[in-house]
Parts: sequence; C-alpha cells; structure tokens
Amino acid sequence: MSGREVALQLELRGITKRFGGLVANDNIDLTVEPGEIHALLGENGAGKSTLMNVLYGLLQPDAGQILLDGKAVRFHNPGEALAAGIGMVHQHFMLVPVFTVAENVMLGVEPTTFLGLLDRRRARKDVLELSSRYGLAIDPDALVEDLPVGIQQRVEIVKALHREASMVILDEPTAVLTPGETNELFEIMRGLQASGKSIIFISHKLKEVQEIADRITVLRRGKVVGSPPPSASDEELASLMVGRAVELTVHKDPARPGDVVLKLDGLSVKNAAGRAVVNGVSFEVRSGEIVGVAGVQGNGQTELCKTIMGLLPVEAGSIRVHDHDLTGTSTRAVLESGVSYIPEDRQEDGIVEAFSLADNLVLDDYNRAPYASGLALHLDEIRKSASKLTDEYDIRATSIDMTAGTLSGGNQQKVIVARELGRDVSLLVANQPTRGLDVGSIEFVHNRIVAARDHGAAVLICSTELDEIYALADRIIVMYEGRIAGERPPTVSIEELGLLMAGAGTPDSVAEAQPA
Amino acid sequence: MSHQDAGPEGNEPTTLTEPEDSAENPPDATKQVAAGAGHPKGAETALQLLNAVLEGSSAVVTFLAIVLAIVIGGLLIAFTSPTVLHAWSHLFSAPGAAFSRAWDVASSAYSAMFEGAIVNPHTVSAAFHGGSIAAIFNPLSETAVNATPLILAGLAVALAFRAGMFNIGATGQFIGGAMIAGWIGFAVHLPMIIHVVVAVIGGFVGGSIVGGFVGTLKARTGAHEVIVTIMTNYVMEYLILFLLGLAVFRAPGLPNPVSPPVANNAMLPHLAGATLRINAGFLVALAAAAGVSWFLNRTTVGFELRTVGANASAARSAGMSPERTWIIVMVICGGLAGLAGASVILGTDFALTPQIYGTYGIDAITVALLGRGTPFGVVLAALLYGTLDAGSVTMQAQTQIPVDIATVIQALIVLFVASPPFVREVFHLRRRRRVEEGAQVLAKGWSA
Amino acid sequence: MTAVPVVARERVTFDRQRAIAGMFVMLGLVDIFVFGFLADKGDAVFTFTLTGAAVSVPNLSLAPGPVSEALGALSIVLGFLYAGRNLAKIPKRLVGIVVMLGFVVSFLCWSDAGRIPLPFVSLMQSTMLASIPLVLGALSGCLCERSGVINIAIEGQLLLGAFAGAVIASSFGSLWLGLFSGSIAGGLLAILLAVFAIRYMVDQIILGVVLNVFASGLTGYLYDQALVPYQNRLNSPNTFTPIKIPVLGDIPIIGPILFDSTIFLYIAYAAVALVHIGLFKTRWGLRVRAVGEHPTAADTVGIRVLFTRYRNVVLGGLVAGIGGASLTIGSVGSFGKDISSGQGYIALAAMIFGRWTPLGATGAALLFGFSVACANVLGTIGAPIPSDFLLMLPYVATIIAVAGFVGRSRAPKADGQPYIKS
Repeated sequence: MSGREVALQLELRGITKRFGGLVANDNIDLTVEPGEIHALLGENGAGKSTLMNVLYGLLQPDAGQILLDGKAVRFHNPGEALAAGIGMVHQHFMLVPVFTVAENVMLGVEPTTFLGLLDRRRARKDVLELSSRYGLAIDPDALVEDLPVGIQQRVEIVKALHREASMVILDEPTAVLTPGETNELFEIMRGLQASGKSIIFISHKLKEVQEIADRITVLRRGKVVGSPPPSASDEELASLMVGRAVELTVHKDPARPGDVVLKLDGLSVKNAAGRAVVNGVSFEVRSGEIVGVAGVQGNGQTELCKTIMGLLPVEAGSIRVHDHDLTGTSTRAVLESGVSYIPEDRQEDGIVEAFSLADNLVLDDYNRAPYASGLALHLDEIRKSASKLTDEYDIRATSIDMTAGTLSGGNQQKVIVARELGRDVSLLVANQPTRGLDVGSIEFVHNRIVAARDHGAAVLICSTELDEIYALADRIIVMYEGRIAGERPPTVSIEELGLLMAGAGTPDSVAEAQPA
Repeated sequence: MSHQDAGPEGNEPTTLTEPEDSAENPPDATKQVAAGAGHPKGAETALQLLNAVLEGSSAVVTFLAIVLAIVIGGLLIAFTSPTVLHAWSHLFSAPGAAFSRAWDVASSAYSAMFEGAIVNPHTVSAAFHGGSIAAIFNPLSETAVNATPLILAGLAVALAFRAGMFNIGATGQFIGGAMIAGWIGFAVHLPMIIHVVVAVIGGFVGGSIVGGFVGTLKARTGAHEVIVTIMTNYVMEYLILFLLGLAVFRAPGLPNPVSPPVANNAMLPHLAGATLRINAGFLVALAAAAGVSWFLNRTTVGFELRTVGANASAARSAGMSPERTWIIVMVICGGLAGLAGASVILGTDFALTPQIYGTYGIDAITVALLGRGTPFGVVLAALLYGTLDAGSVTMQAQTQIPVDIATVIQALIVLFVASPPFVREVFHLRRRRRVEEGAQVLAKGWSA
Repeated sequence: MTAVPVVARERVTFDRQRAIAGMFVMLGLVDIFVFGFLADKGDAVFTFTLTGAAVSVPNLSLAPGPVSEALGALSIVLGFLYAGRNLAKIPKRLVGIVVMLGFVVSFLCWSDAGRIPLPFVSLMQSTMLASIPLVLGALSGCLCERSGVINIAIEGQLLLGAFAGAVIASSFGSLWLGLFSGSIAGGLLAILLAVFAIRYMVDQIILGVVLNVFASGLTGYLYDQALVPYQNRLNSPNTFTPIKIPVLGDIPIIGPILFDSTIFLYIAYAAVALVHIGLFKTRWGLRVRAVGEHPTAADTVGIRVLFTRYRNVVLGGLVAGIGGASLTIGSVGSFGKDISSGQGYIALAAMIFGRWTPLGATGAALLFGFSVACANVLGTIGAPIPSDFLLMLPYVATIIAVAGFVGRSRAPKADGQPYIKS
C-alpha cells in the first residue's frame, strides 16, 4: 500500500466494455488532471458506473488502456486499484450493515496483533484520526445499519481515505442527501482537492455538476459525446446528455382538485426495533391533484406508501379512502377500493421476472371478472387485455408471452404503469416511479401520471428527485424523520425545500410530540 | 474464479441501457442459415434440431444428465464388484480381460434392470410356445406399480416447489395417508365401490392433515419447512410404529407389527387381470397429474401459487397472501402424498407395516426435480424412476447387486439435471441464457 | 442510490412476544396439571454418584407434586410478566432458560416418580455423548453459512464420516487413521457441495438434500456390497476409549460429565473455542463474515469471495466428518445403514436456533442432545411414556425450537445467494 504525496494524473484511452451484445463503454477517452474535480455526466444507463468499475478493477475492459502518471497499468481486482491509490465511493454502498464503522473501514487492511487477532483499539484510533483530519465526524463503534444515510456516506469516504487514496471516485453521491448535505459534501470535496487529491464525480444532475466541477465529460449510450465547460447552459448539457433537444419541464394543465380521496389522520408506523418510522402523519389528497412527497430517502416515505397499501401494520391513526376506513385492512381490500400502487423496487415488488408479460399485466386483478369466474381463469380474456395494454402503453416486446425478466428497466416499469393505470384508478400511490430510467421512459411515465390525474385520479407520488417533484406536483409535502416537515406550493425555492428536508426551516404543521 | 456471464437469475448490471427495441434473443444461427435461399424444409428442421443439441436446450440437457448418471452408475457397479477388481489387479498382464470384465458386470446389471422393468425377451419367446401372455407385460406392470406412488408423491413435492417451498416431508404425509386409508380399509365395513372410494379419500385427508400442520406452522411462525418436514418424517415413522403396537391396529396372533389386512372391498381393482399388479391406483395418479396441471395453470389459486413461488414480495404487493397460499399448498400437497400412501396400501401391500413408506418420500424429491416441477414432467420422471426401481429388484435377484444403486443413480441424475452448466461443460455444449418458469427453482436461500 | 435500509416491521401474523409468554404459561400449566397432579405416587430419586467414584454425593429426593406445582406457578408468573413488557431489566433469555429448566425438572420428577432412581450423571454423560455430532455438525453449518453457503448436506457428511471412520479403522487397525479419514470423507462431500453451489450455482437447499440422498444411497450400497460380506475386515473397528483428565475429572458430578470421555468430546471443546474466536476475534473471521453478509463489499476491498467460500465449505466438511466418525469409532463401532438418522438436520436446526453463532449453536445442540439422552435413559427406568414417543423426542423438540423460539433472525445476509460479479 503506497501513499503518494503528489496527486495522480489519470488517462483512459479507448476503453471498451461489452456485455454480450451490448456495448456499455465504446472507445472512451478520458483524462483527469492532477488535483482536479472532474465530472462524468450522463443519464441513467449511459455507462458511467461501468467505466468506473473498469477503472477500479471490478471489471476487465475488452479493449483500451489505463495510464496513471503516464504509465500503463492493469487492475485485476480492486485490491490492485487501491494499492495504486484509487479509492471509490460506490453508488450502492459497499458497507456491511451488521459491522461497526471501524470494522467496515478496516476491512481488507485490518491491523492485527499476534496470530491474526484483530487490533480493534488501533482500528478505532485510525478512524478517529482520519475523521478529525478531514472534518468527517463519525463514531467508530456505531453499527452501520443504525446510521443515517448521509453518515454512511462519510464512512465510505473515510474508507477510501484510510487506504491513502490519491484519487477518489464518487459515484452518484448526492442522491441520498438534502441540498444542505450536498453543500457539505462539496465542501469536503474541495477540502480533499486542497490536500492534493484528484476527484471523479459521477452524476446525472446538471446543476450540481455545473457547481462543483472543474471539467466535465458527457457520456451518452457508452460514448463520450462532449467535454463542455462548467459554464455551459442547462440546455446545452441536457441536450448533450440525451442527444436531442429536451423539454426540461412537463406540460401540465393546472390542477382541478375535487373531492378528498385519501385522508391520513395521525398515521404512525413502527419498525422492527420499535422506532416510529412514520410519526403522526396527517394530510389529504384530492381527486385531480398530484401531491408530491419530497424528502431524503429513509425518512419514512417508503413505509408511508407501504402502510397505505396495507403492507405494513398501522400502529396508530387512520387511513380513509373515499371515506371508507381502510386502516389495517388487507392489501387486496385496498387494491379493490380503486387504489393502484407503483412500488419503489420494481424488480423485487413490482413484477415477477419469471412470468410472461401477460401474467404480469394481470397480477392485481386476476381473480375478478373478466379474467376469472370463480376458480377458473379466462386465459383468452387475459391475453386480449394484455395485447391491448401492450399497444396502449408502448411496451417494446416481441410478444406478450415474453418473460418480463428479459425486458429493459424502462419497459419493465412501463408494464407496471400499464397494469396500475389500466385499472379503474381513483388513487395512485407511486414511490420513485422513474428511478433508474432513461429520459425517454421518464417522460413517458410522467405523461401518464399527469393523464391519470386529468382523468380524475388522486395521485400521491414520493420521490427523492427534486426535479421530478417540481415537475409533477401540484402540492409539495416534505417528510423528515417520519413526520411532515411542511407543505409548500410548487413555486417554493429549492433552498427552503432543502431546509425542510434537513429538518430545519419553519414547519407549518407541527406534529404533536409523540413517544417515539 | 469469476463469472462474467450473468447467472440464472439474470442479474443485469444496473446502469446499462438496453436498446429500446430490445428483446434479448440469443443469436439464432438457424434462422440465419435457413434464411438462405434454396434450403429444403427437411434441412431446416435438421438444422434446428442440431442447434437445439448444440445449444443445450432443456430436454437435451436432461437426456445427457441421465446418460451421464447411468455411465457413472455403471462404473460404480463395475468397480465395486470383486471379480472386476480382481481382473483389474492384473490390468497390465491382461488388459482386455479387465475391460471386458468390467463391461460384462455393468452391462449384465443394466440388462437385468431392463428385463425387470420393460420386458424380458424370454417371456416373449415363451408366449409363442404356450406360455402366458400376461407374463410379457409383467415388467411394464411392475414399472407402473412402482411409478404410481412416485407420481403422486412427486406431485406433492413439485407443487410445493412451484409455490416456493421445499416439501421434504412427503414421507410423513405418505404415512399419514396410509394410516387413515388402511384403517378405513380394515376397520370399517362398507359396500363395494364406496369402500375403496372412501378409503382413498381418507388417504388424502390423512396426508393433508400432516401437510397442513407444516404449512400452518410456516405461515404463523415462519418456521422453515425444510426442517419441520424432515422432523415430521421421523415423528410419523415412530408414530406408525407406536400405532402398530396398539391392539386396535394390530393383526391378532402375528409376531410382527402388521395391521389386519385391508378388506376386499377396499382394495383398488386390478387393471389387467389378477396376475399383474397394476391397479387403479395408476389411473388415480394420472388423474391427479391432470388435475394438478389444470389447477396450476388454469385457476386463480394456481396463479397465486405460482406468483408466490416466483416472487413472494411482488405477490404481496399485488394483494395476495403468501401465508394463506402456503397453507393451502401444503394441505393439497400433503393430500397428494397421502394418496400415494393410500395407493400403496390399497393397491399392492394391503396391510400396514412399519416400513410401508419405503423410499417413496425421498424419491419423490428427485422425481419432482427431474420433472422440473411440471405435472407432465413429474409423470415422465416417475415412470423413469419406476423403471429404475422395478429393474433394480430384478437386478438384485439376478446379479446380487444391492438395490441401493438405484438410489445413487437417481441422486446423480437429479444432481446433473439441477446443474445444466455442469452437464454442458462435460459435453462441451454452448451456453444459453434463459429465465424459465418452473424449469428451475432458483437459488433462494433461507427466506421465502 | 441505495443506502442500508432501516426496515419497518413487515406484516407478521404472530405477535412473537405474546406467543412466547403464552408458551411459558402453557408450560407452567403442564407442569402443574400433568407433572404435578398426574404423577404417580412416590418420590423421584436422582443419584449423582457413579459406581466406584471417589467422592460420594448424596441422592436427591423430590416429591413430584409440590415441586412441579411450584415450578409451574413460577413459569406462569414469569409468563404473565413477560407478556406485560415491563421486563426491560431482566434478560429475556434468562427467563426462557428458567422456564425451560422448570419444565425439564418437573418432567424428570414425573417420569421417575416411584421408580428406580434416575442416574443423573449417566443422563448428563449421555447428553454430552449425543451432543458431539450435533455440536460438530452445527459448527460445520456455522462455518459454511457464515461465508454465505447453505449446508444442508451435514447429514450426508456425518454419514460419510461415520462410514469412512469405521471402514478405515477396521481395515488398517488404526483408530486415528479412521478419525482422519472420516474427516476427509466429510471434506470430499463438501467439495461436491462447494463446486455445485459456487461454480454451477445450483440451489443450495436442493443441492444439500440431493447430496444427502446420494450419500445415503452410496453408503447403503457399499454396506450391502462390501461391508456385510466382509464384515470382519471392513466393519469391525475398535472404538476410542474414554480418557479421563486428571484432577478435573475427579470433581464430583461435573468431572465425569465434562472431563471423562473419548477424544471426540475434547475435539468438540476445542472446535467450539476455535470457531468462536476465529469468527469474531480474528481478521480471518471478519473477512469470512463480510463475505457472508455483503460479498460485493468484500470483493471491492480485495477479499477473494469465491475462494473464501470454497475454503469455508471444505473446512465445514472436515469438521462434520469428525462428527460423523464419532458415531462409529467414537461410540458403537461398526457402521449401520443411515446411522446418522437425521442428526445432521437436527444440527442444522441447532445452528439456526443458536443464531448462526458457535456458542449459541452449541447450547442448542446440548439441548437436543439432552432430549436424545432422555429418550434413552427414561426407557431404562421405565418412565410412563411409550418408548416410541420417547424416540420422537428430539425431533419434536426441534420442531418446537424452530417454530417457537427462533424468530426470523438472522441468517448472514448473503446466505444461499451465489456470488456473481456484475
């Protein structure tokens, strides 16, 4: 493990990586000067993470070279990349939840006493020393799974620094941060830069890239399509990312809210450890309006959606749909009341990958007319409806008998949207409906949601992407630590929203203090 | 050792865009070649067949797995035979003798199996000289008799697989069914057709009680069914021992623990005369397979079952209740295994003995795996294993090779069928990526 | 971006705490009404001295009625307290142990009432003996599953270990060679498990069951084919003689139980200590656990995930093989078909019950071993339970353990999932 005093210069020449017939990285050239913050910009699926995995030794390139300070290197595994001074903070954290912070930081480079016994005291000391040196306050003995997400990210950074990385790669680090925490992260990045590190910052968010980067490289469909300066306009960057002129806002008529469809009153939900993850939440959603729930991931939005759908038990409070009390009823009863659900994790909760398209499209209503009478299924009706939905929602598949697992993420999401909006919907509950989708699919889903609203549905949408909230919501609610931190119109400034998301700012509905 | 290819779960790197018109068809050499002008139809099908073989489609892999297992079985038979070992100790002085001895032992074992399970050529020629015609069909009848409980128990395991559960408890459920069916058979007196029907239904009920217990435990407490079913197997094995010690279950006057014989009215009728053992149980088994197929593919409950088995989480989000499904499935599967028990006691054994369950419960697992969890596959697999079981009895009689070898071959078949990549590697076939429903129970671990 | 999720309680149709409290109350009621009221006349006598021991410990005479009723009342009280959730101060496990102990004591009193004295030390010795394969099997399971591979094939490893131990010891006249071979045999089956699970990514539960069937068929076949005809040469091994540890072995009551047994018991002690220290106090163990919990994270810091899994599975097989050898050359001597009779699965349950930790698994294995020993000893004193039901005891205990007291925690997170680089 060699430390370096001088920052690294990195050059990637002609990196190509294929997965089967798919070219994820196509002849990519990239140069990162010593001590600069270089942003890698591209939409979901452009190949950014793949490129970094190649650099980091997790994948082997099919062609191309990596040069550090002018010398060609080859990393067969992350250990070699680490030894060469490259550290990575992954998009999906590489932390073992049941280990402590110190155990995670020392994993792979553990200090030992005789016979391989762990030297925990030394590990703890190392963590404290690093955290004070770079201003990243963390507790070495805390269990990672108990830590809030922003702190977990710090652990990842400390892990990289512990190995004396001279270059730090940050893969989509701001998705789980409030605007305020993002600013803190940028401060940390500038501090790292000042102490001589080079930084690669991967993101799909234009504004952040413009703010922090010294230089930008834009990737699209696996190729480098440009290196605009940070001073470039939003439109220029966006059109480079997507390859065509991009509408940055959704065309939306003003909302015409009708009767109350969903009414939550003092809803509280406890987690397995007994902590309230939803704490006294009360609000309404009317037909013909979209309510957007903003908040950093992990503040109770997922639990809120699941509880409304009857997937989690209610500790206190009530859920009413069309003035029927649905508190504590089964998921089936909720679905049959006209509520549709787009879950956060499409592969885990939304579709059955082993099933055909036709089966997936009928997952909610297979036991009702016209798809079944009594015990018997009407396969012809199911197929008829599946063909119709496939056309209507533009699902790209060769036949309705294709297994859903072979579809792309965007098409899978379209299947879910088709299924949920193709029913009689009076309330749509959508949790991160466009996560991981390419821009085309995002536009599609947004348009459908707005169309549903215009047909009279009430829509509750939870998202960590503020762009999405701003684009869709007629009213914005912010959740923080299980409570409503505030409600604002879509004209609210991002700073104020950020404060509410971080738990500061002036909440206008102060929840009664409840025992946590 | 790293895998660049995505494994059976189709894990795709999360950051890739696939082209909008994607439909991940493996490159189909057939289409390309056959698209050329002037290829006659026959050549096209031949090419398709060849392609299927080279690419290692499911059916081909299964066939090759069986071949491989039989070869290994043959090696085991040969090299644990004293005469073969003796011949091989003189390998360098008489190599021909060594190999021919090995071949003789193995081939005589397998031909004995064939004679016991399919047809014995001697009986055919004997029939031409006034011998009995029925005797020609005896091996096939024995195969059907052996296959009957395997079909039913195999369905019991396969149906559970489709619901995402591992039903290792077919033995215990079998015993439950045999107990009730047997008791109705010898303790109750009913008129002709009604008696056997009631006894068979009793078998179903007996098995479903045991199965329902397991399912309820899993649904209410999350207890993993692998351990619970294995434990209930042992409990039931001791229970039947205990019952056969009680006067009410015991045939008077006999030193061995045996129940009174089943009444004639309760016996399953023969299908081809009294000399052949094949009985109506075989028809019950086939009917059950058809019923399970209908249930699985054409009913709402079957749809729920398959969904829960494929993705319990998505099933929940769609309003289904995995817990309710588990209970229903285990009740039905228990009943099917109970029918297997009924078919044995009412069709061939006619009295309860402590070992009546034989190896059916364990074989059922291998049958279900070989049959890929589909009813039709289970029937075929059960017939194959019935062949092996029937044949091994004759093999032991003729060549003194212990019947356990059949178990070894069966286990190897399943092992190889469950790992297509292994078989493909052994036979140098190309890889193929597929997500198939019912084809494999995908690697899942302890959680449902 | 996914962080480590804080998971809210998923829908559980069974309120565990209240159910456990209910179980305590029920056990208490059984204590009072079955073991107390329905006990036969006469005292239960427990002897604590083995014949020929240096120090003589007086017998303990207990009247089943009052004892059971008192213990039952205590259990009921604890049950109600437990349900009331004010037991923040008292560790839950302690309460559970107290109730279990009360149940067992009441049960023993009831079994022995008015009958020949129950040899307590013998009972405990049998417990230790019966627990050895269970402990070693459970440790094997821990080693495998902590690295992320499910090992259902413990049963097959025990069987092969028993077979190899007996045959090699008999053929070559060396018990130590037999022990060594038994271990290797377990390791060989483990290699099969490892290759098919890690490289060919077969479902590990199915794989384990199939390997068990294979092992049973193979040993059964070889038994009929070779061991029966050549019994004297191939299946007549000696057995290890008990070794008494000086000083410690002479302590009254405890000595004969813990320090006077075959080498297998001492191997088990060492194994428990080594695995525990190894997993939780060494660098090796940290890396193993990382591989089992989050293999991708381990990979990114340079730990060889697949190699770790191979190594641990084989190690587990070697340990289980020793456990198998204890079934033959550590006890009865010759091999019989399916001599393990489900103990591999009980060991699996012990591991789960013990929450995948060596110490917990050992405690659970001792409990199950106790039930096996009870089955034997109670038969000899003529307890009022049919012998078939006694033989069911370990299996019923396992069902209750798995259903009642385990909870869904908590296998290593990546347990059973093949590792695929993406």
